[in-house]
Amino acid sequence: MKTKDIIKNGLIKENPTWVLILGMCPTLATTTSAINGMSMGLATTFVLMMSNIVISLLKSVIPDKVRIPAFIVIIATFVTMVEMVMKAYLPALYDSLGLFIALIVVNCIVLGRAEAFASKNNVGQSFLDGLFMGLGFTWALTLLGMVRELLGTGCFFGHSLIGGADGMLMMILPPGGFLALGLLMALINHIRSKNKVKKS
Amino acid sequence: MAKKAESTLPNMLLSLTAIALVAAAALAALNGVTKEPIAAAQQAKVENAISAVLPAFDNLEDRDVDGHLCHVGLDAEGNMVGAAIEAGNDKGFGGHLQLMVGFDAQGNVSGYQILETHETPGLGAKADQWFQKDGKGCVVGTNPAENALTVKKDGGSVDAISGSTITSRAFLGIVNDASAVFAQINNANTTDYED
Amino acid sequence: MNLLNISGSPHVHSDESTKKIMWRVNAALVPALLCAIAYFGINALLVSIVSVLACVLFQWLIEKFIMKVPSTVSDGSAVVTGLLLAFNVPATVDMLWIVVIGALVAIGIGKMSFGGLGKNPFNPAIVGRIFLLISFPVQMTTWPQVGGLFPMTFDVPTGATPLGAFKEGALGEGVTFMDAFLGHIGGSMGEVSAIAILLGAAYLCWKKIITWHIPVTFIGTAFVFSAILWLVNPETYMDPLMTILTGGIMLGACFMATDMVTSPMAKSGQLIFGFGCGLLTIIIRNWGSYPEGVSFAILIMNSVTPLLNRWCKPKRFAE
Repeated sequence: MKTKDIIKNGLIKENPTWVLILGMCPTLATTTSAINGMSMGLATTFVLMMSNIVISLLKSVIPDKVRIPAFIVIIATFVTMVEMVMKAYLPALYDSLGLFIALIVVNCIVLGRAEAFASKNNVGQSFLDGLFMGLGFTWALTLLGMVRELLGTGCFFGHSLIGGADGMLMMILPPGGFLALGLLMALINHIRSKNKVKKS
Repeated sequence: MAKKAESTLPNMLLSLTAIALVAAAALAALNGVTKEPIAAAQQAKVENAISAVLPAFDNLEDRDVDGHLCHVGLDAEGNMVGAAIEAGNDKGFGGHLQLMVGFDAQGNVSGYQILETHETPGLGAKADQWFQKDGKGCVVGTNPAENALTVKKDGGSVDAISGSTITSRAFLGIVNDASAVFAQINNANTTDYED
Repeated sequence: MNLLNISGSPHVHSDESTKKIMWRVNAALVPALLCAIAYFGINALLVSIVSVLACVLFQWLIEKFIMKVPSTVSDGSAVVTGLLLAFNVPATVDMLWIVVIGALVAIGIGKMSFGGLGKNPFNPAIVGRIFLLISFPVQMTTWPQVGGLFPMTFDVPTGATPLGAFKEGALGEGVTFMDAFLGHIGGSMGEVSAIAILLGAAYLCWKKIITWHIPVTFIGTAFVFSAILWLVNPETYMDPLMTILTGGIMLGACFMATDMVTSPMAKSGQLIFGFGCGLLTIIIRNWGSYPEGVSFAILIMNSVTPLLNRWCKPKRFAE
């Protein structure tokens, strides 16, 4: 597979959030602000990258029948590392993301890429795939967080734009997460289908 | 591509054990590195909260009064300048609310910090600013032992957070409880002097 | 062009049309509107106008620029949504811009995103109201109090509704049944006067636009269930008559739960629908965190309407 395709797949064509619709739990739960969404995305990117590299390296020594537990152990190790490092050096961020860092283990994207890509391709490609799938996830979460923060609190990356007034509270509560995700997904699908028509 | 390992029992056992061992070793090593910073970060969090709510102090002494963790601030001569009391209840809108409330030596509220909250963002969660010194429902400087704090709706003197009477009630209840704990510390200290 | 429509029998003709029905519903809402203007004055009129205009405008914009279909605003359904939305909010100056957001949510998310009138699973006005209630809890619970008739001022005193006061622990003080029946209580525009709502509902029943099934079971269940609670402990639970006269039960039961699109088609389904609404309302009022539960109850029952439609299919002859 060409490098260009891997990049395009991760960021747009097979974007984990907008197209594959994977990992919805952290997507909805952590996007109450742009910075939280971005941090969650970057943490996931790190795990994706590292687990893709290691799994790709080990793909010939892991027997097929135990591949899922083996993948999960590897992924869980990296997640625990992220968690420990964040707790030690970024305690404020850890407080706001909290439990969802540990839940990266069960994020379908990570296991999905391990199963669908890293266990079939070489190390270099797997690394790229992990990196760009992760970045695809990150921009999706950042955009969602930005929209929700802007509508919900009137802030842009923590800076108030409407002078201390309240926004539409619902947007930073769980139902607002579903609403914003649905509306953004509709918009992105609309743009994609328009592009498709143009090409053909 | 290298030949794939067969799914035989020894192969499976071996590969899983090896992966688990390496993972455990890596985590153990990292734990050794991050253990101290994690402890330090948690310590710093508590200390920041204490110094934010208490008047200036030289030494701290931790005490347990009725199950409440109390940080008593002492000056250079060992006299109490105030105490920060950790207290909480489950009456918040979202459940448990845990505060650290500071009192000066006279029993006036000198400050507070929210340690744990599940209140609604934009509503009850405003409690972190609302009752502070320049907040609309300022409780700093009042003495709950003389006049128990209640919201205006219940005939008290404190402006409740708009739209969040339940959170405000829970909050003021905790401050009143903390004040009672402070009274016990204060009494114990006075008795000490009489001895 | 298709001149000949071919369709299966029966070929029944009637002068009923969506347009006619919707404008009749609007007519039925007029007594309650007049009543609201009488009690809340110019603010009530302004909020209603803004709400209706916003709903119509958003429907027109969405149909013209996003869906690119011929406009259906003249069928009056957006006007119904706008009026009902206005009836669900407090008549204060603050609401003038907030109700525009409510109209966008009601029409855009509640109705047009599903494909327009007839395809929406939830009552659009309720979707808008709940979005506003959760998003702007302070403004949405600052209720104007009723003073004299026709107050011509923007600055009216505000306070809790009887239900709000009840939730805070004050058990129905100072409000008489007659006040609640005629509308002499604080609250949203549509919840104050029971008699104006009932007048409109009677008109709809007479025109056979709604049947008695949903309103009667809704109000009846709420009455019986709250009467049981009240008999068990009159100290903590509200008087059943007061329960059905205050809050949104009358408006909800007569105009919002009976929405043709989002309520069951069969009579037996409608009975279950009304029962569920009444039960959920009382449960939410007494044990939920909001003082009023009518809109949540109707929304929940809206979501089971497809199931009820399946369940309560009328039997075919000789089956």
